[in-house]
Amino acid sequence: MGDVAFRGATRQYPGSDFRAVDELDLDIEDGEFLVLVGPSGCGKSTSLRMLAGLEPVNSGTVSIGGRDVTDFAPRDRDIAMVFQNYALYPHMSVADNMAFALKIGKVPKDERTERVGRAAKLLDLVDYVGRTPKALSGGQRQRVAMGRALVRKPEVFLMDEPLSNLDAKLRVQTRTEISALQRRLETTTVYVTHDQVEAMTMGDRVAVLDRGTLQQVGSPQELYKTPDNVFVAGFIGSPGMNLIHDAPVSGTTANCAGFEIALERDILGRIASENSETVTIGLRPEHLTLGSEGVGIPLIVVGIEELGADAYIYGELMERGERSSSLFAIRVQGEARRRVGSTVWASPIPGETHVFSTKTGRRLNDSPRR
Amino acid sequence: MTDRKPGSNRKARVVGLVALSILAVVFLTPVYVMVVASVKPPNQADAIYMWQLPESLETSGIEQAWAKLKPNFVNSLLLVLPATIISSTIGALNGFIFAKMPFRGSNVLFASLLLGMFIPYQVVLIPIVRFLQYVNLYGSISGLILVHVVYGIPITTLIFRNYYEQIPSEILEASQVDGATPFQAFTRLMLPLSLPGFVVAGIFQFTNIWNDFIFGITVIPDPAKQPITVALNNLSGTLSIEWNAVMAGALIAAIPTALVYVVLGKYFVQGLTSGSVK
Ligand SMILES: Nc1ncnc2c1ncn2[C@@H]1O[C@H](COP(=O)(O)OP(=O)(O)OP(=O)(O)O)[C@@H](O)[C@H]1O
Ligand SMILES: [Mg+2]
Repeated sequence: MGDVAFRGATRQYPGSDFRAVDELDLDIEDGEFLVLVGPSGCGKSTSLRMLAGLEPVNSGTVSIGGRDVTDFAPRDRDIAMVFQNYALYPHMSVADNMAFALKIGKVPKDERTERVGRAAKLLDLVDYVGRTPKALSGGQRQRVAMGRALVRKPEVFLMDEPLSNLDAKLRVQTRTEISALQRRLETTTVYVTHDQVEAMTMGDRVAVLDRGTLQQVGSPQELYKTPDNVFVAGFIGSPGMNLIHDAPVSGTTANCAGFEIALERDILGRIASENSETVTIGLRPEHLTLGSEGVGIPLIVVGIEELGADAYIYGELMERGERSSSLFAIRVQGEARRRVGSTVWASPIPGETHVFSTKTGRRLNDSPRR
Repeated sequence: MTDRKPGSNRKARVVGLVALSILAVVFLTPVYVMVVASVKPPNQADAIYMWQLPESLETSGIEQAWAKLKPNFVNSLLLVLPATIISSTIGALNGFIFAKMPFRGSNVLFASLLLGMFIPYQVVLIPIVRFLQYVNLYGSISGLILVHVVYGIPITTLIFRNYYEQIPSEILEASQVDGATPFQAFTRLMLPLSLPGFVVAGIFQFTNIWNDFIFGITVIPDPAKQPITVALNNLSGTLSIEWNAVMAGALIAAIPTALVYVVLGKYFVQGLTSGSVK
């Protein structure tokens, strides 16, 4: 069984004054594909390295398959890992790189050859098995690093940004292959990426980290539809959710740059109970339509991202007669394009408004689950 | 020139070349005298004819010197090869531990180990003799090997630690995840990547041990067991011997170290770890 559990796992690097990972609590089921996502420096690699046993845990525990492995050496944890910077064995051929763990594990030669051959084929490395890493491109090296993990049959796969150096086409293709392979092998996989599209397309569940703290764990749909806080709302989605900070609340509405958005009664109750006078309003680009003049949130168009069938209009918010720096995105379909410099009115679709607390950043729409 | 490198300055390079050539001549002058004297007949190998090229090639000096020095030459080989290999291997192991498996207090231990390099030999001569007598190795080549191995550990450890320092730690982490024990990581990853380290440590140790005189004469009183440096000194002290033979002896004693530089120097391989990490 390859289920994984972090319990209050904390890592503070010697000589640093903050916790790279702070009290991480996370359960990963056997056979699950879990993606750890977050901006650079948020502690993704550190979390993975704690699970691998390459980084000591200052407090808390890590367990694999129900066993507390906090004090186990990496080789006793039955894991395979793809390193962010490949970490290939420079003096060994591609084939030997992949076969190394099997040799150490005393796997018979025939089986070794077969497993390495299969991985090489899967990763399109058949023509390169005799080469050393020096004579490979960045993308090929990354695939060797991948292959070195795939030839094994561990309890858990750990992958640290394994696709970051592939070109766009190969990345999409390999992404699909990894997902398919993982479903077939049913091996628990913890996959690190900073690319939220990768996270959303690959993960059974996604865990969002920011500055060492776990923000939310859930299925891609959950994260997208009900982000727990402002950070997750802005991070998940491409383009991210449009956020209007410090929107004043009066009566039953919040004022977004002159446009009044009605708030439900239980939201108003929560705002009142934390003594706030403002909220953060979040609107997804696809939940905005172009309204007629004067109806909606006024924006000055600064750019248009053409995607063929539809397009994103990017505009700057007009607040009290001034342009604000934050960019707003609206998804438009058909022929509804606008000229740069013109003013448009973004009208929110009722019932699709996200409301967050100004004070805590937490979601106010529905009662908190924790 | 067709492929000048950016920023290279022709004038500076000419000046550099001239300066290096002058220095080379200065350093090679004694070697020149040694080489020509060793192939001269005895009567021409003296201060007056010192600078002249030999009129005819005469091998009697070389033959005479070789006859006298051959047993000691063999002694030196029996001493220097094991001592170099053993001290380099211990240095590699130590260097691996200090560079890649630090433990509490390892920095202090490393610093105190390095202090060993600054102890002048004169200070330890008497303790060495007493110790070797105590363990019954006094007067033997094995005893001298032991002395050189121990005396070489600080420098070989330093060489290998610095060399291993630049091997990316990630490949060791990868090997740990792949199931390797620290010892397997050493034998299967570090050792195969250590050729440049062994070349540097090997040249250093070979040269130092081969050229050593003071340990040799202190530890081994029996002329038949002494290394060539001591025997060469005995040779020049003998009245009956001519200068051409002494010079030939010096030449013979110098050849192995020169050979080591020429042969091993080729293996100063660069970039052994390239392609390993981003
Ligand atoms: N060896 C170290 N010593 C001190 N601080 C470190 C060390 N390694 C990482 N950190 C710090 O810990 C934090 C988390 O680092 P980590 O490598 O886990 O980030 P990450 O999420 O993997 O980022 P990236 O996407 O850039 O790889 C960062 O602020 C980083 O500077
Ligand atoms: Mg990282």
